[in-house]
Amino acid sequence: MQLTLEFGGGLELLCDSEKIHKVNVDLPNGAESDDFTMKHLLSWVRTNLIKERPEMFMKGDTVRPGVLVLVNDCDWELSGQLDTRIEEKDVIVFISTLHGG
Amino acid sequence: MEAGEGKSKKAGGSRLCCICNQRRPVLKRPKTLQQICRECFYEVFEEEIHHVIVGNRLFKSGERVAIGASGGKDSTVLAYVLSELNRRHNYGLDLFLLSIDEGITGYRDDSLETVKRNEVQYGLPLQIVSYKDLYGWTMDEIVKMIGLKNNCTFCGVFRRQALDRGAALLKLDKLVTGHNADDIAETVLLNILRGDIARLSRCTSITTGEDGPIPRCKPFKYTYEKEIVMYAYFKKLDYFSTECIYSPNAYRGFAREFIKDLERLRPRAILDIIKSGEDFRIATTTKMPEQGTCERCGYISSQKWCKACVLLEGLNRGLPKMGIGRPRGSGNDQKDTKARSTAKSIESKQCGSLDF
Repeated sequence: MQLTLEFGGGLELLCDSEKIHKVNVDLPNGAESDDFTMKHLLSWVRTNLIKERPEMFMKGDTVRPGVLVLVNDCDWELSGQLDTRIEEKDVIVFISTLHGG
Repeated sequence: MEAGEGKSKKAGGSRLCCICNQRRPVLKRPKTLQQICRECFYEVFEEEIHHVIVGNRLFKSGERVAIGASGGKDSTVLAYVLSELNRRHNYGLDLFLLSIDEGITGYRDDSLETVKRNEVQYGLPLQIVSYKDLYGWTMDEIVKMIGLKNNCTFCGVFRRQALDRGAALLKLDKLVTGHNADDIAETVLLNILRGDIARLSRCTSITTGEDGPIPRCKPFKYTYEKEIVMYAYFKKLDYFSTECIYSPNAYRGFAREFIKDLERLRPRAILDIIKSGEDFRIATTTKMPEQGTCERCGYISSQKWCKACVLLEGLNRGLPKMGIGRPRGSGNDQKDTKARSTAKSIESKQCGSLDF
């Protein structure tokens, strides 16, 4: 599945200082393409994109409190957070709010 | 709208914005749990701040007001929204940007570039004041001397005074800072954790320092950090977002972690903590520090010397622990004992000994 992932608010430092990643995510074994959720994606990101200090990005199964997630420019709180279904060509943005203002 | 509808089935279902009932929602407000669209978000965000400003009578027409600008998310959004509201509602304010250069390489020098861009983008004149010029020390030099603990004590104390100096240079009537609801809730908790009653009684005031050199106010007092970041994201506002390199050791980090976990469970908790802070009443039998002036520099202080003078004296004499924590027990050599007894008489209280 082709996706665009963006990291902001300092999170880009965890992924080789790249803000935008165009990726091709392999679906988990046996999964249907309309079964792919944010939960699966987060796990994939942690394994494949986060190169250091994963605790700054995730806490347990979900993002660290203070990290905002937008799916196609829409707050993931509106689409069920971890249960949000991810589709081909989706744009997912992760923004950390945990820094000085 | 057709392509949008296909996606909206997944993102937010068939719901529409709670306010306009026309557009697709893009955000769930932590404050109210409402689902709202972009345009309505801009409107409630801006108008709520306008009501906080007007309801608390923060400004008077004709005042010279500077925004404490670090280049970070809060001060950038504050500069943008305040200049917009100043225009829209005719506050009649003369707005400036005031920035402090603490001399932290790799952090402050980069964020100052952002403020310089903000100066151009928002058309607000910028004044930069540096620790090096004011005190003869950069934060990098201070950290080299004192190590990685207690940096924030030095930096915070020096910054407040630096802002006052900058305010005097610009002949300001008022200073505004971008402290948001999350920050204030953290501060309430921090003061409870430290037993700092004096600060606890002041930290939820929307305007502080009215009896000092320059009043400061916090228009974002009830604004959630999440909304500030979303606003900046949707409006594509230019801000700098890296943690200060010395901050991982800060005590505030624990309060922040806790507040963020709380917010996840019950978003309203942030505003409720602020409300608790506002409604605290100190027992009349509790002794509170009295306000006077610093003997060395005349600045406002509840001790003989203000904290900035104590800290600076410590730095210049090579005594990095002076002014930090409780005075130690037995001295080791004559020089130390002399310095320590001076320090003892300067600070009779551990906490709550500052009045800035």
